Amino acid sequence: MRILIAALAGGLFGAGLMLSGMTDTEKVRGFLDVFGAWDPTLMFVMAGAIAPMAIAWWWAATGTPLLGGRFPDRAAPEISRSLVLGSALFGIGWGLAGLCPGPALAALGFGGPGVWIFGIAMAVGMWIAPHLRGRLDAPA
Amino acid sequence: MQTDWIWGLVGGGLIGLAGAVFLLANGRIMGASGLIGGLIDGSGRANALERLAFLAGLIGVPLGIVVLSGWRPDPHVTSNIAALIAGGLAVGIGTRIANGCTSGHGVCGISRLSLRGIVATLVFIASGIASVAVFRHLLGVI
Repeated sequence: MRILIAALAGGLFGAGLMLSGMTDTEKVRGFLDVFGAWDPTLMFVMAGAIAPMAIAWWWAATGTPLLGGRFPDRAAPEISRSLVLGSALFGIGWGLAGLCPGPALAALGFGGPGVWIFGIAMAVGMWIAPHLRGRLDAPA
Repeated sequence: MQTDWIWGLVGGGLIGLAGAVFLLANGRIMGASGLIGGLIDGSGRANALERLAFLAGLIGVPLGIVVLSGWRPDPHVTSNIAALIAGGLAVGIGTRIANGCTSGHGVCGISRLSLRGIVATLVFIASGIASVAVFRHLLGVI
């Protein structure tokens, strides 16, 4: 059942990304292009996604998940060096290619070879990252 | 286009619904970079099947929509191979170091009023704006 729900959630996520226009790198870069032809679509996507998710968190404040286990704990509110530097690096790549991990996978099936090149580079980056993270947060 | 924001809201709603289902049923946070990265670096071995099923849906359903409806939205991916490789590396390393991306920190974090999620989202939007300004307007490579 957990596997089925995971596939359903992944499918809804993919359909949502596609319908919202977020698999279009020009719409994503358009949102980031405040000095050019700014495209606000991404803001509406975030608003549309955050609303049901906020209700889900409110629901999850008590009780346990339907299929057992526990709801994820809140991370300590620590603004670490890795959080800030990692997010800054992510943003650079996001602006450059117009893709982030979700839309890159959603477009893998129909987006052509460029999406695959990005996806393979992203996978390599994800494989390297754990080795870098340890160094970043090590006490200086 | 004038209707883009409506599709943005509708598609965004589906994204939020996906995250809500994943959280309330499976007790999991829907973060794309974490779900993929855990399979790549081995940290997610314990629930690998759940991760694989999510990714199968994420890749398979958009492909199914294209095959069945014949509607194929053009992703307008740049033809600059170096930009794609550098961008992919930066996204892969950055999201894993920061422990999240647009879905994990952006959608799931902000909706929980998580300080880390809010800070991460502000930082990657700011650096994304700087990135487009430099690579598009200054250097003209994208």
